[in-house]
Amino acid sequence: MILAVTWDTGGLGRSGQEVLGAATTLATALGETVTLAALGHDAGATAAAAGAYGAGHAVAFDDVVEREAAVDALAELARELGARAVLLVDDERGGEIGPRLAQRLGGTAITHALALDVADSQPVWTRPVFGGKALAAVRTTAEPVVATLRQGAFVAAVSTNRTVEVETRAAPGAAAVVELLEVAPPAAGIAVGQAPVIVSGGRGLGEGESFGELEELAGLLGGAVGASLAAVDAGWAPADRQVGLTGKTVSPDLYFAFGISGASQHLAGIGGAKVVVAVNTDAEAPIFGRARLGVVMDCRKLLPALIEELRRRAAAQ
Amino acid sequence: MHAVVLLKQILDWELPPRKFRIDPATNCPPAGLAPKLLGPFEQNALELALQLKDAGVVTKVTALLGGGEAGVETLRKALSVHADEAVLVEYAADGPDDPSQTASVLARAIERLGSPELVLAGRQAGDWDYGQVGYLVAERLGRPAVGLVWRVEQGDGRLHVWRNGPGGTEKLAVRPPAVLTVTNHDSLQLRMSSVLDLMAANKKTIERWTTDDLGLGDAELEAARRLDFDRVWVPEVESVCEFVAGEDPAEVAAALVGRLVDLKMLGSAA
Repeated sequence: MILAVTWDTGGLGRSGQEVLGAATTLATALGETVTLAALGHDAGATAAAAGAYGAGHAVAFDDVVEREAAVDALAELARELGARAVLLVDDERGGEIGPRLAQRLGGTAITHALALDVADSQPVWTRPVFGGKALAAVRTTAEPVVATLRQGAFVAAVSTNRTVEVETRAAPGAAAVVELLEVAPPAAGIAVGQAPVIVSGGRGLGEGESFGELEELAGLLGGAVGASLAAVDAGWAPADRQVGLTGKTVSPDLYFAFGISGASQHLAGIGGAKVVVAVNTDAEAPIFGRARLGVVMDCRKLLPALIEELRRRAAAQ
Repeated sequence: MHAVVLLKQILDWELPPRKFRIDPATNCPPAGLAPKLLGPFEQNALELALQLKDAGVVTKVTALLGGGEAGVETLRKALSVHADEAVLVEYAADGPDDPSQTASVLARAIERLGSPELVLAGRQAGDWDYGQVGYLVAERLGRPAVGLVWRVEQGDGRLHVWRNGPGGTEKLAVRPPAVLTVTNHDSLQLRMSSVLDLMAANKKTIERWTTDDLGLGDAELEAARRLDFDRVWVPEVESVCEFVAGEDPAEVAAALVGRLVDLKMLGSAA
């Protein structure tokens, strides 16, 4: 059995479809079937949607949000099903639950998975190492494997007209040792995760105030503002804007990198971007190796001109 | 409350990709490719521990590092910013690091330290980028874990912690003993040490333990490994960058927007 896990609410989102797609590929290669486990709010609706995307069995843990309870619930289900693999989204939650679940099950965690092959009836995982400067192809010596999948790296399952019966389960009655007190309201503007256009800034902006201009540019393009690790470290942008191996993985059509040198760990977050535009004073900056269009210039000079040009074109329409 | 910080020395993460190499015989970067430094998230974890000590929440900070002799330098750095004690667990493993093996060693070392109530780890070490060790240690010790933390305060008999969640910041309460993994934040830049601090750190004793001291034999260590590497390689990246230029910023902006329209990334009216 291959267990796919999602926290999508009220239906399967893109990342949930990708996890199911990878689970189906693995199940086919190993002669197994797929169970989807949906957790969180409105998990029943998400689990019900999984049938169309290839799950042969679906389990809903309604309102299981807290991670200690999620690890307990998933460990119990994986044991019961004799799961050979458990696949999760590689986000803030999956990155914590994955290793814990692997240890709990006596198995192996594979984090930040980018690709999956099957050789000699064994999954072989590709993952970034050294901040994305290199890749590793790795197998595990103890099942089950619990893998967290980079968003945008796996082919999403295709929708069909199949259905699945949903089994609803209560969360295991563990004492809450970790209590969630507050969740900050989502920041203003479009979240970077799903935006079709992202305007990101880095250390080369020189000052936090320039993020105001990025906001303005993003507004004109209908996009979101992103940031490099250096910009978040400098306090210019909140952590939920960070793009990279330890931030969000994004796959926009258009990605602007203003004053971002292009450290490998940043590039590891934009592998799925279609067109990258880089603006940097250093013509040797690694970002130009990933860019389709490049401008060697101080981004603080180009930003106002670019905003002006887009305004002029919008007015001429 | 006693806090232990899990430290790691990693290959200089600023080494440019064009200088980075992997030796196919070992699946690791060749020895001496670049200096090894205290990892950035480990720096954040150490700073958080020191801030908790400044605030009186923590009374003692122990720096713990597993690895070779070179780790002494990193532990001296931790002592120079006023970590109270430093412990080196000496063990050398061939090939890429294995997070399960690392966690098995560190969990035993934490128990030998008297199981400090608070364990702080960086969210992931910037060499093998697993992001696992803190969580695996938590499971081995049977403790709750909170990941991607960047702020901690004493609450109602519990610790109040702020972390990055999928939708933004989340505030939680956790009762120690617990394991926290620490992420980057502008408030967690590791403090500097003075020359006097460095001199004092050089005089301090660094405790050295072997894996035998921790009751881990070679067979047990080998059995803790979970990963088997087919290969590690540096991918080739072919640059296709087209540089856009002009006399002044306005001209460059117009040319850039024009190319984006050609590539159908912007509507022709945009």
